[in-house]
Amino acid sequence: MPESDSRPASNLPPLSLHIPEPRYRPGDTPDFGNIEVPSVDATPRPSETTKPDAMRELCYGLVRVLDFDGVAKGPWDPKLSAERLRTMLRYMMLVRAFDDRMFRAQRQGKTSFYMKCTGEEATSVASTMALDRGDMCFPSYRQQGILIARDYPLIQMMNQIYSNRGDHLLGRQLPIMYSAPEHGFFSVSGNLATQYPQAVGWAMASASKGDTRIATVWCGEGSSAEGDFHSALTFATVYNAPVIFNVVNNQWAISSFSGFAGGERTTFAARAVGYGIAGLRIDGNDPLAVYAATQWAADRARTNSGPTLIEHFTYRSEGHSTSDDPSAYRPSDEPTVWPFGDPIARLKQHLEVLGEWDDEQHQVLAKELDELVKTTQKQSEKLGILGHGMHQPFETMFQDVFEEMPWHLKEQCAQMLAEQEAKFGPNWKPE
Amino acid sequence: MMSSDTKTMNMIEAINSAMDVMLERDPNTVVMGEDVGFFGGVFRATAGLQKKHGKTRVFDTPINECGIIGVAVGMGAYGLRPVPEIQFADYIYPGLDQLVSEAARLRYRSANDYICPMTVRTPFGGGIFGGQTHSQSPESIMTHICGVKTVIPSNPYDAKGLLIAAIEDNDPVVFLEPKRIYNGPFSGYYDRPVEPWSKHDASAVPEGYYRIDLGKAATVREGEALTVLAYGTMVHVTKTIVEEMGIDAEIIDLRTLLPLDIDAIETSVKKTGRCLIIHEATRTSGFGAELAALVQERCFYHLEAPVERVTGFDTPYPHSLEWAYFPGPIRIATALTKILKD
Repeated sequence: MPESDSRPASNLPPLSLHIPEPRYRPGDTPDFGNIEVPSVDATPRPSETTKPDAMRELCYGLVRVLDFDGVAKGPWDPKLSAERLRTMLRYMMLVRAFDDRMFRAQRQGKTSFYMKCTGEEATSVASTMALDRGDMCFPSYRQQGILIARDYPLIQMMNQIYSNRGDHLLGRQLPIMYSAPEHGFFSVSGNLATQYPQAVGWAMASASKGDTRIATVWCGEGSSAEGDFHSALTFATVYNAPVIFNVVNNQWAISSFSGFAGGERTTFAARAVGYGIAGLRIDGNDPLAVYAATQWAADRARTNSGPTLIEHFTYRSEGHSTSDDPSAYRPSDEPTVWPFGDPIARLKQHLEVLGEWDDEQHQVLAKELDELVKTTQKQSEKLGILGHGMHQPFETMFQDVFEEMPWHLKEQCAQMLAEQEAKFGPNWKPE
Repeated sequence: MMSSDTKTMNMIEAINSAMDVMLERDPNTVVMGEDVGFFGGVFRATAGLQKKHGKTRVFDTPINECGIIGVAVGMGAYGLRPVPEIQFADYIYPGLDQLVSEAARLRYRSANDYICPMTVRTPFGGGIFGGQTHSQSPESIMTHICGVKTVIPSNPYDAKGLLIAAIEDNDPVVFLEPKRIYNGPFSGYYDRPVEPWSKHDASAVPEGYYRIDLGKAATVREGEALTVLAYGTMVHVTKTIVEEMGIDAEIIDLRTLLPLDIDAIETSVKKTGRCLIIHEATRTSGFGAELAALVQERCFYHLEAPVERVTGFDTPYPHSLEWAYFPGPIRIATALTKILKD
């Protein structure tokens, strides 16, 4: 067996191992001048039926609609009505208000965990608004915007976050791992990118049944490194599945920058090239670009023209979750110097430029949404919060492992109930 | 519910017939896997099904087990009843996360919002010179997953009835097919000619629909001297040795490992007072360990001898030394002699 330090004699220079390193660490002054920002009308809009190999440059460009003065321009402008734009703004602001309050609730000890999507609201809200209501969404963990854009009751989201009596998932899932079939929202797993092949399977089923509904799926740039991502793209291209793949490239996977998913070498949209599917790299902080790209991809899928991979180039303004402190691994002012700004501020500016919105209306709406969230939170908290009493009957722990409970689970359930009775007495009821 | 017309079938034909019946009965059933479509599967289990039921019902897949199982989860969420084939059980590992963390937990984590009515069919076990990547018996990995049922048939009649019940089940089922006995029951003597299924009673298989409920064991042979718990190929090997030795053994074919038919096991062991467990899989943490623990917990005061296990060895499945690995006649006879000594 060779010793680890014995190498054959050689006059070649030694190899070196590259370990990716982000440009900036805490204490550095971040400067994103290296990021290319093509002009709004620089990226052409091919027809939805264009063959992938004839539109490869879109994987390396950047679909934009809103310029930095708030003007919508170029071939991708979806030309939405002012009413529709205001609805979009409202949904995004509601997501942010919801995030702020739930983040605070976690800090107040009312739940174990929370994940904000600050700065990424457009990637789920605008995307969902461009879909049909019956289209199926397979979210990752940061797509609360889908539920909000489909008017899912806020209180149900909160009940889930608190694992309280109103939580229809019976307190089984980590906060934010929602499930909402009536709203076309698949159960959030918590294992990364597993939803990718599942979305393809749903889309294949829809196609094989001659349905008209399509599937969409989200993951982060970090989890695009998972095998499931590549399994999904393989199946999607093989069966020409009616599916839209969203990669939310928010630059950070907990403390690992996008370089650890291959971002130093190419774009994430370019993953599409090798699979022969359409790829679009878009400004994920531009709600109109997100809407336009999704609409394009949805039309493509619905006409049997194939799947699309959309890279939403964006920035995760907050920590990964309530469990990490981003100032430990990146400069704390990175979010403020991100060249693509904030999606809510940009849509607000656009509506103002159109003469359809003003600062006062904006303040009134922000206050209204904040009140709505606050009132709903109070209602939800009446149904309990995590760690303050137990809210589900104990036997629910054993239900739904199978459709019918087999003998071994019945035995274990009886054992657990006896343990709990010994602790709490025979008359205990969920609080 | 049994159709009157029966036909002589081997295991492959019975499994094929089960899928054929279900493709006919339920428009949501789909069959997919590597080489299952036009070609009809490397073991021919899906022969003719694509031609009969169409390409969107029976189709080939990429060589990607994570994708096969993941896609099947999504199809189940849509409302289909997917029956994916994993070409060899040894290949299931790339798809294990989709099975363990997704398929098995979907009903639970979504509190019945979504279910996974999937049946993963896969040939397993050795005895065909498959080497270490075409011979493994991973059943205890499956039974260790909460939320998956594990089924192992031992003859054509059971294979069809159990597979139909598995496909109709609203939870994920791993259906492990003992490939050594696809074409005929195996005596354990690799140097003797193979007997075809046509000489075995269980090869008379109804052509139509019938089901054998999951979770029910079968008593293959009634006896008083000891209870032998076995499944798959080992049922036949056991029967051969027991009869050769003239031992009055009760042989229980478990058929479903999870949910397990504990009543059948308990009743038999309490009657005989001795229990031998036989499986081909590796020994340590094998399903035999679970069975031994259950028998000890439930039948201890009825036992007249320690519970014995006959298993494969804790090595990768060897190629050339396959028959030295296989728990064959000598290993079984030794254990039988030992357990019956006192």
